[in-house]
This record gives sequence, C-alpha cells and structure tokens, in this order.
Amino acid sequence: EFNLSFRYATNAIKTSKYNVFTFLPLNLFEQFQRIANAYFLVLLVLQVIPQISSLSWFTTVVPLILVLSVTAAKDAIDDIVILPSFCRQTLSCLTIHLFHTFSLGFQADLLLLSSSEPLNLVYVETAELDGLKKEPTHPVRCEPPNNRLDRFTGTLTFAGQKYSLDNEKILLRGCTLRNTEWCFGLVLFAGPETKLMQNCGKSMFKRTSIDRLMNILVLCIFGFLAFMCFVLAIGNYIWETNEGSGFTVFLPREDGVSAGFSTFLTFWSYIIILNTVVPISLYVSVEIIRLGNSFYIDWDRKMYHANSDTPAEARTTTLNEELGQIKYVFSDKTGTLTQNIMVFNKCSINGKSYDLRISPLCLLFPLLPPQSKNAVDFSFNPLADPRFVFHDHSLVEAVKLESPEVHTFFRLLALCHTVMAEEKTEGELSYQAQSPDEGALVTAARNFGFVFRSRTPGSISIVEMGNQLSYELLAILDFNNVRKRMSVIVRSPEGKLSLYCKGADTLIYEKLHPSCSKLMDLTTEHLNEFAGEGLRTLALAYKDLDEEYFDQWKRRHHEASTSLDDREGQLDLLYEEIEKDLLLLGATAIEDKLQDGVPQTIEQLAKADIKVWVLTGDKQETAENIGYSCNLLREEMTEVFVISGHSVDEVHQELRTALNAMKPETAEDSVFLSEAATGKGAEAAEDEAVSGDYGLVINGHSLAYALEHSMELDFLRTACLCKAVICCRVTPLQKAQVVELVKKYKRAVTLAIGDGANDVSMIKAAHIGVGISGQEGMQAVLSSDYSFAQFRFLQRLLLVHGRWSYLRMCKFLRYFFYKNFTFTFVHFWFAFFCGFSAQTVYDEWFITLYNLMYTALPVLGMGLFDQVTVTWSFQYPQLYVPGQRNLYFSKRAFFKCALHSCYSSLLLFFIPYAALQDTVRDDGKDVADYQSFALLTQTCLMFMSYWTAVNTFFVLGSLAMYFAVTFTLYSNGMFLILPAAFPFLGTGRNSLSQPSVWLTVLLTSILCVLPVVTYRFLLTQLCPSINDKARQAKATPPPPSQRTRIRRTSSRRSGYAFSHAQGYGDLVTSGRYLRRPAVPRPSGFANMGRATTGFSPMGRSAGYSPTGRPQNAKAQNVEVTSLQMYRTIQEPAL
Amino acid sequence: MTTMKEEGNYANRPSNTAFTQQRLPAWQPMLSAGVVIPGFLLIGLAFIGIGVGLLITSRSIQVLELDYTGTETSSPCYQCTMSNQSNCVCKLSFSIGTLFKGPVFFYYGLTNYFQNQRKYGVSKDFNQLIGDVSYFKSPSSDCQPYQRVNGKPIVPCGAIANSMFNDTFKLYQIINGKEELVPFDGKGIAWWTDYNIKYRNPDYTPLKNAFNDTEKPVFWTKPAYELDTSDASNNGFINQDFLVWMRRAALPNFRKLYRRITEGNYKDGLPAGNYSLEISYNYPVISFEGTKKVTFSNVSWMGGQNEFLGIAYLVIGSMCVVMSVVMLIVYAKFRFPEED
Repeated sequence: EFNLSFRYATNAIKTSKYNVFTFLPLNLFEQFQRIANAYFLVLLVLQVIPQISSLSWFTTVVPLILVLSVTAAKDAIDDIVILPSFCRQTLSCLTIHLFHTFSLGFQADLLLLSSSEPLNLVYVETAELDGLKKEPTHPVRCEPPNNRLDRFTGTLTFAGQKYSLDNEKILLRGCTLRNTEWCFGLVLFAGPETKLMQNCGKSMFKRTSIDRLMNILVLCIFGFLAFMCFVLAIGNYIWETNEGSGFTVFLPREDGVSAGFSTFLTFWSYIIILNTVVPISLYVSVEIIRLGNSFYIDWDRKMYHANSDTPAEARTTTLNEELGQIKYVFSDKTGTLTQNIMVFNKCSINGKSYDLRISPLCLLFPLLPPQSKNAVDFSFNPLADPRFVFHDHSLVEAVKLESPEVHTFFRLLALCHTVMAEEKTEGELSYQAQSPDEGALVTAARNFGFVFRSRTPGSISIVEMGNQLSYELLAILDFNNVRKRMSVIVRSPEGKLSLYCKGADTLIYEKLHPSCSKLMDLTTEHLNEFAGEGLRTLALAYKDLDEEYFDQWKRRHHEASTSLDDREGQLDLLYEEIEKDLLLLGATAIEDKLQDGVPQTIEQLAKADIKVWVLTGDKQETAENIGYSCNLLREEMTEVFVISGHSVDEVHQELRTALNAMKPETAEDSVFLSEAATGKGAEAAEDEAVSGDYGLVINGHSLAYALEHSMELDFLRTACLCKAVICCRVTPLQKAQVVELVKKYKRAVTLAIGDGANDVSMIKAAHIGVGISGQEGMQAVLSSDYSFAQFRFLQRLLLVHGRWSYLRMCKFLRYFFYKNFTFTFVHFWFAFFCGFSAQTVYDEWFITLYNLMYTALPVLGMGLFDQVTVTWSFQYPQLYVPGQRNLYFSKRAFFKCALHSCYSSLLLFFIPYAALQDTVRDDGKDVADYQSFALLTQTCLMFMSYWTAVNTFFVLGSLAMYFAVTFTLYSNGMFLILPAAFPFLGTGRNSLSQPSVWLTVLLTSILCVLPVVTYRFLLTQLCPSINDKARQAKATPPPPSQRTRIRRTSSRRSGYAFSHAQGYGDLVTSGRYLRRPAVPRPSGFANMGRATTGFSPMGRSAGYSPTGRPQNAKAQNVEVTSLQMYRTIQEPAL
Repeated sequence: MTTMKEEGNYANRPSNTAFTQQRLPAWQPMLSAGVVIPGFLLIGLAFIGIGVGLLITSRSIQVLELDYTGTETSSPCYQCTMSNQSNCVCKLSFSIGTLFKGPVFFYYGLTNYFQNQRKYGVSKDFNQLIGDVSYFKSPSSDCQPYQRVNGKPIVPCGAIANSMFNDTFKLYQIINGKEELVPFDGKGIAWWTDYNIKYRNPDYTPLKNAFNDTEKPVFWTKPAYELDTSDASNNGFINQDFLVWMRRAALPNFRKLYRRITEGNYKDGLPAGNYSLEISYNYPVISFEGTKKVTFSNVSWMGGQNEFLGIAYLVIGSMCVVMSVVMLIVYAKFRFPEED
C-alpha cells in the first residue's frame, strides 16, 4: 500500500515525559534547572575547595540528595499516575473506521467519506472546537499537521478527478457525532498530529501569588546573604590586619594568603555556612504540603456527590493556598448554578391552579423512577414518559373528565412548539427540543394524554387520549426577543382552523379578548404566585380562526415574506394582526431547577466578601430570574441597574448613571480617574465602598462596548461597587475578557466555575478554574484546576479547604523562614567572636540534619495537620477575608518574621555565651550543643498555636529524635567507625548532665516564647482580629442554622419560559433537516418562516442536534449560546 | 428506602477516616486572659525563685583570679616577657583571707586567644590522635603548616597541638617563712571520653618506638611520649594537659583546668595565709595582645561562679510579674466586647 511506505504517527499520544532509562538524567537535568537546586550544586562545588570549605561536603550532599530524591519520586508519580488517562485514548491508525454509535467521539482527525444521513450530512458536536457541519468526500494530499482548527486544505483524487478539501469535510479529534447512525472516515492525522493535540500545547502555567512572593523573597534572601557575607568578610579583613597578624605565632598564614585574599576566601566560606538562610527544602516542603492539601480535597466526603458518584478532584496541586484568597467568583449559569433540568411544576388552567409539588425524594434523585405512592398514575397512557412525576390527581381527573379547557390547554402544549420527535420503536418516543423549557412542556402534555408524535413540514401528528390525529400545520409565527411569544396556526382533522399561542404573560395579556378579563385576574394572581417562587411562567392562549380571514392573511403573509424591503417589519405587523382577541387558557410554571444549596452557597460567599459574577449566555430575563432565585439579586437591594445600551454612548451613559446613583460625589471625576489609571496601568481600581446594596445586569452587546479600552475602567468600577453582577448573553470570549479585565486592574484572585465548553476560556483565564464534573461535557473539567459535581461544594472548597490551605501555607512559610533565619543568624553573631573565620557554631551533623530531620516534621506537620474547626469556617465566613487581603504572608509579615528570628538568634547566642562564660566545664562545643537544643525546643513551640495529636507527636518525636541521634552520633561506636566525621564525641554526655545547661535551655526557651505570647495577648485584647472574635464566640452557642431559601414575596414577574434567542420554526418547516420526507415541499407557509437576521439554516448555527435518543432515554437537549457553541445538557426529568 | 443504591455504586466515595476527613483530635491553646495572666505570674514567681537560688549559690563560690602576663613593669613576670628569655621563672605572691573551701580547682586562662578560629581548629589529624601509626608517616594536609618539619612528619601534627600551653605552675604556702608545696592532682582533669576513646596511644611498648622517624611539634621542648616524666601512663596523646588543650575553647577568652587541689593538708581547701605561685613562663601572648592568668575556684551544684544566670532569672521573673500586672490592667480596661 502506498500509505505503508510512510511512517505515520500512531494514534497513541505520549503524554508522559520519561521512561525507565531516561528518567534519571532527564529528571536530574530538570531539577537542576531550578534555581534552588542549582544553587546548592554551586555550594557543593565551593565546599570541595579546601581553602574555602568551612563545612564538610556531606552537609550539603545529604540534604541535596534527599531533596532530589523526594522531588524525583513525586515527578515519577505524577508521570505514572496522572498522565496515562490520556494515553488510554489510543486507536490504531490509518484505516478507515466505521463508527456505529453516533455519540462516539473521534480520537483522530478524519476525512468524512459518507454517513448514514440523507444528503450525507452529519451533525457534529464540536464543543471546544466550534460548530461545524460536514459533508463527506473521498483519499488524499493534505497539508502538514498544524494547529489551525478553522482551516484545512488538501486535495482528493478520485476517479481521475481532483477535488479540493476544506474544513467542512474534516472531522476533528474531540468532536462528537450527534444524530448520525454511522459514518465512514479516513484518518488524516492521528495521535499527536491531530489538530486538537497540536492545539493543546503547554497550557498556561498557573502560579499562586504566594509563589511569586516566595520567589521574590528568595531573591531578597540571596541579596541579604551576600550582604551578610560581605559584612563578615570586611570583619575578617579587619581582624586579620589587627588581631590575626599577631596571632600568627600560633596560626601562621598559609603561603600567599594575605589579609585581602583571606577576606575573599572568607566571603565564600560564609556563603557556605550561611547557606541555610536560603532553605533548600523550602520548595520541596511546599510541594509536599500542597500535595497533601490536594489529597484532602480529593478525600473530602463532604464534597463527594453520591448521586453521580463523583468525588471532588484537585487536578492541579500547585494552587491550593490561592483558594483561600479568592475575591471574585465568575460563574456560569446553566449546569453550574442550575441543573438545567426544567421541571413542569405548576399550571393554572381556566382559573384553577394546580399546585404540583414534587416530593423531596424526587428532588434528590431526579433520575430514579418515581415509586412514591401518591405520584399520579399515568398507566392509562401507554406513551407516557415513565420518568415524569406529577402529584396532583385532580388534574388527571380533569383530563379524564374531558374538560374542554384542560384539553385545549394540553393540545396547545402538544402543538405549539418546535420540538422534534423521534420514535425508534413503537412507543419509544424521544424529543429533541431547542430549549429545555419546551421539552418540559411537550413532555408534560404527552403524559397527560396529548402525545406529540411526529412532525412533517406541513403536519403535526399527535395522539390525543389514545386517538391518532394529524393536524395540518399552516404557519409557525416564531419566537423572537421582541415578540416574546410564538404561535402556530393549525387545521384540526375536523377542519377547524385555530391559532395557538404561548408567550410572556405581559405580552399575551395585551392580546386578549376583553371577555376574559375575569379569568385574566385569576390567572394573574396565579402567575404572581408562581413568579414569587422563582418559576418561569408562560401564558397560553388560543383562538379559532375564520377561514376567509385566514386566506386573506395568508396571501398578505406570502407577499410580505417575499418582499425585498423591511421584510421583518412587515411580518411583525402581520403577526401582530393575527395574534389578537385571543382567549386565555391558563399559564404554565416551569422551574429551572437550581442545584441544591446554591442560594445558601452564594449567601455564604457574599458573607465572606467574595463577589459572585454570573456570566451566562442566557437572556437577560432568564439570567435575572435565576439571579433572584439564587439569592444573588435580592429584593432588598437598593437598586438593580440594567445596562443594555446598543451604542458606546448609551452604554457609557448608563454606566455613568449607575455610578452616579451609587456614588454621587465621584461620578464627575471618573473620567479623570480612568485616564490617570490607564496611564498608571494596574495601579488603578482600588476597592471602594458604597452604602447600600446594588446589583448590575449587563447585556452581551453592551458588554462589548463596556469592554472597550476607553470604558473598561468605568465598567469595572461600576461593577465592583455592586454586590452582584450578572452578564447575560455573553460569548465565551467575553467571559474570558471580563475575567481578564478584573485580573488586570484588581489585585485580586479570581476563580471561574463552569461546566461547559463555553466556559473553558474563562476557566483558563482565571487564576483558578473550577469545572463542574459529572455533566456530559468534560471540556470544562479537563481544563480546570479543580472539579467537583455540585456548585454548593464551592463553599467548602473555598471556605474550608481554601482557608486551611492558605493558613497552613502561610504559617508554614513563616515558621520555616523563622527557623532557618534563627538557625543561621547565630552563625552571624558567632563570627564576631571567632575572628570571622567561618567557624560553625554547631556540629556539622546538626547542620546537616537540622532541616531534614529535626525540624522537618514539625513544620510539615503544621502544614498538613493544622486544623481549624470546620464549623467556624461556615459560621463565620468573614474569617475568609484576611486571605483576600493577603494578611498572613506578605512582605510585611516576612519582615516581622525576620526581625523575630533576629531577636531569637540574639537570645540563643548571647544567653549561652553569658551563662557559659567562665563556668567550670567551659567547653567550646557545649555552646553549640545546647544552643541548638534550645533552638529546636523553642522553634517547635513558636508558631504552633494548634496542636493536633499528630503535631504533638511530631514535635515530641523530633525532640526525642534529636536526643537519640545526638547521643548516637556522639557515642563511642560512631567515633570508632569514622573518627574524622564525628568529633563531638562525649559532648552530649558531658554537657547535658550539667544542671546549669538545662537552666540555660529553660531560660532561652522561655525568653523566646514569652514576648510572642505577650504580644499576641495584648493584640488580642487591644485590636482583636476576626479570628479572635470567632474564637471568643466559640463558647457561645452557634446561631440558628442558615436561613432556608428565601421566598420572594414580591410580585416581580419572572422570566417566561423561552430560554433562547431565535426559534427555529423555519427550520422545522423547511423540511431540510427532517428525517424521512426529504422532499422539500415549497408549501406556502413553510418558507415563510422568518428567514431573518443571520439565521441561515445552512450556516453554522444550524447544528442543533435533532436526534434519537439511546435506549436509556437520555434526551439530548441543546442549549445554543451566542457563539453557537453547542453542548448537550443533562436530561430533564420529565 | 428505595433510593439506596448498592455499595458498589459508590466506588469513588472517599473513605471515612479521621485522617482523610481532617477530623483528628486537636487541642487549641487559647491565649485567654484566664490562662495568660496567671501563667505569667506563675512563671515570674518561679523564675524569681530560681534566680534567687542561683544567685545565692553563685555568691557562695569563691574565686581568686591572678593575672601574670607581665605587661606592667611592676609585675613579677615582667622580665619574662623580654625576648630571648628561656626557662624564665617568676613568682607570684598572694594571700587568702579566709579558708578557700575545697575541692579547689586551679585554672589557667588566656584572653584574646582564638582557639575557635576555623583554620586553627581544623589543624589536626584525628587519625594520628587515635593512635593510627600509618598516619604518623603521612599526617593529614589539614595540619599545614605544621605537617612536616625537615622532611619528617610531625606527630602530633597541626596548629592546635603545636600551640599547646606550656607554662607550668607550682603553688607554695608560706608557713613561717618556709615554702610548703601544695600538692596538685593532675588526674582526671580531662573528659572521660577524651581520655578513653577519642585519644589513644599506639599500641607500642615502649611508646617511643611508635614515634620513630617523626618530629615533635616545632614549639615543643619534649616529644609527646615524654610529656610527663613522672608518670609513664600520662604520656603520648592521653596526657591530661594535652587533652585539656586539645579540647578547643568556644570563645576567645577562656580558662582551662590545670590541676585540682584535693590532697594532703589541703583536702578541705586552702587555709588562710600567704601563698606563692611559681610560674615557669614559656607561653608568648604579648604578640597578639593576649593576657594570661590563673584562677582558683571551687564549684557548686551548678558549676563555677556565674552570676549571669541568677540575675537573668531574676530579671525575667520580675518582668513576667510586671507584665502580668500590665496585662491585667489592659484586660480590665480594653478587653473587647464579648458580643459580636
């Protein structure tokens, strides 16, 4: 075969870095690229120069090897455990594949050859890649592998003819076939050559602010180290010229070593001795702590979702402490705040309200078949969807009694929609709805005996109470944003012409016949009631049409729809005309079900001073509605601004008005401010405070203007003054832009949470990305840093894990720097007494083991096991605030910590110095010995404000280990083995038996601890922090549990139940996309469907997914966002 | 419940242990007034107690210190500081008013002497000092410039050994104008570990044979195997004076034990009277502005005289008490409201 003559890439994607043989060299090479490790390598080199070496080589080698091996082990584990999930996605290559299942995702880039569909169309869900519709072709010259998703060039030679290939004919890896039974494809690129993998690249490396600070500090420490050594070298010069020259009697200078040269050598010697200020184990310890905290997230049962069997997952291990500093949360709506399950909850028919509460059981487990006894029995209806639960028997009775209003009500629901039905086998119906709302309504009708069965461009077949009927579909008056309603005109089998209309109540009410005013009042009452509960309502109305009038209208409609100028306006007028004098039927109420605990979570986050911005592709009304029901917007709010201008000036004006309302005094200078701020860059946009709660709702098109450079600061300022911000109808790109904007001007940590492919950009842009897993699309999760199944877990992730990680990390760092500084500064002081000769105070083994053994466990223990009571975190979300303000580890805190260690080291040196002066057993090394001991004791005591069992064990263990190791090292045996390495023989025995030594230890320890205790106590008393208050309040009983979801009492009308922009009535009627009758019948009205603004059925937006559903009856509902990013959403439980 | 699923469906559920769920038993000390103020008071009182005890003990220790550097012309050792003096002997007279309680320790002290200099400190060969004869032939290069002399290896090599203190002392009590020698006890003045483990002589009899083809340290008058002519077992590397010297001092001003006075008439201490200390003055300290001194001292349970600890304990203790009062005032006046 021709192909075999080439070596093509296999489809196995190698995402692991190492293999068995390359591991050691590669890993070592990589590790020595880290500045800290490289530094220690340099130190090691210095140490083998005898003139300089002030410490034996092993003091550096032992810790270095330990650190390297720990890191290597971690890398190896990462490589083995984490990455192979990708490797499993392998596929043999370069063969033509037959895809049986339409939901199969492609694992290679394919050239589409043919498919099961008529016209060989396939519907592709491309998720992250973009929506593309494909037509198949046939073998091939093509471009080399590249990462351009949106273009492809190649030629196909078939039967002597050349055909050009373009993007339209390619199926990319990562796509999912939707409604197609099978298709043939030719693999073009496989494995790493696929466009998706070429695109993955190295995703942006996220670092935490503490990381950055740490790097700066380490650099500062380097500088400080150099400074100290310089001072000591100068000291050495002075000593050498004054004292040293005299002392040559007993210590002659080596040949050629003058005072100047000795100074130079001393500098490097001190670099070696004082190297412990740059903590070698810092990075490793930090990584261990982060890893541990990540595991805690993975292990947390309270973030485990039993229903979907999904535990939380920390996908990155490097960002934990940042979770404790989040200031802005950007949330997607659908699938994140809501379950995207539409529940037909209530209805009002002819003035009678049917209150249909769903049992709590079913709320918890929407997927389970209802077995509760009081659920309505739909057994009379063989076509009923078994998963539908409804608890009001009176409605079924009404249906059975053939109440005409009730029948018309359900008939309307069964007829007036754009849902596609598929019936694979008899009675196995599945619906494909553009919006979940519609699906919910049609399904409800189905269950009450009005089963929508199939449609053709000109007819709708329904089964009405067991009778198969076919309605002639004469026109669809489609939905759009202005009309906010849709109507169908049908001819019943009896020949009666009727118009059925459903839409926003306010608009329907204007169209009603005066005779229904009484019913209107009743229904309004019900609607208010529904809306008060945050349900999405629709009013339903109908009217019978007069044949003559309709004929005439139809003609005019035809004219209008073929006219060239202002077609839309003319059509609108016509629609208006026919949709009048309607008779009200009733109203439906649909619940866009929020995920459990969303309002509480948002409330908690608000208390923790975390601002939640909702960025959604939904319409303004829907988004606002959700905003209210999830507590983001509240009735008590002073004002909710709506920005929906269509031009720069309008938007600017609206923003200005909003700002003015909130801060009258500052609105004037805002222009000046924004100019000054843009000049200064990121300095701008400090947090401002306003009195009163405000909300901001901004539309996608206005957002486009608001994000322009000239206005972005105004927008940001206004938005940041508001307690809640909702951006609706935003594109994925805009989502990312908003996040970037906040990141750019606010020195705040952002978190983006979402579940779908359209959230990926935002998730990647934010400091921390969280993916909601368990839903269908995995794109969000794959690009996220953390993932879990429910939005409410965010609360725990931030308030508990985030706070803990942050606290632990900060404490750890302070502790760590403290202990190392203290340890090292003692050498600095000692230099003044040993002729600046780089003599160490401590035993070399102590230096070697200090970081690794004696003190590693207490710090690590603190980093891993320090626990703050969980209940606090929830009871006092305010405890989160210090993290946002970066209070616990900043340059200031670091400086304080350095000063403190300076104090401690002074004590540690001078107290033993004074105590030992002229005592009987005055032995040099004794000083070292118990200085180190005192140091150890008190460091352990220092920052340990919480003692868990493990911590205590570690501290005591470390002390015990210190003694054990000390005595071993100083024992006879060790000395006999290696005399040169263990010169401290007998020191332990001799000095630790002295009571004065112990008294000195006690004194030093107490002196180190007392001032801190005093300081803390006074601080607590004089200016208590939130922590102290919380601690104090711990004794008092906790406040009553969080308030339950607040019922809105106002009469604010909630959004009506069309969640999406343009209907696709024309698509439905055009026949192009229908399965069987592929005959494009140019029936008059079919083409009259509004072929309007940018809505081309051939265009990219046509890629809805009318599909049959699999046997387990998972309806695939599609939400269309503005960028036409399609994704399927979990089925409605209807 | 119909909603219960099989256990198998919860395959991913994390395990429920105190460790994974971070519910380890924890104790959190709170800096509440009820703990801190009494705590400070208690610590303060305890420290004052210890301080007083230490101070009394320290005061009860008798110390007599005599400088014999001889920098001043009035000093009896002045003439010994002149150059080209060898085997210079000078006598220091002093008197003791009351009984100097025994056992009395006799120290020599040096100031401004940097035994803690790093280069000085490394200048020795451990292997020689544990009696490994193979290192006698080739001493460690650490010993430079006292590694070899005249092409022959130095044993023991290095600056520390070379600079061994070589003044010797004899103490006489003047009784009725007659000098009576106060016996010195030079045994066991070094650490047990040094004497028995860290330093050992090569297994040669006579010891001298081990030192064939080696040189004594440059400054030494006698080779190592002849350090103590009176006691054969006190020679070589386990000579007590050598051991004491080899244990480096941590600070530039130090004193080292020379002898103890525990024998004969002086078992209970030095009686009141006039004494004369005969010093054979060999060790040069003038060049580096050092001083030499001798010290008589007795000890208590807490070691030699050191008032620092006692005073420190007293000061810290009283500060604690003061702080507790201050805290009490602050607490009473400023404590933050309990509500909120």
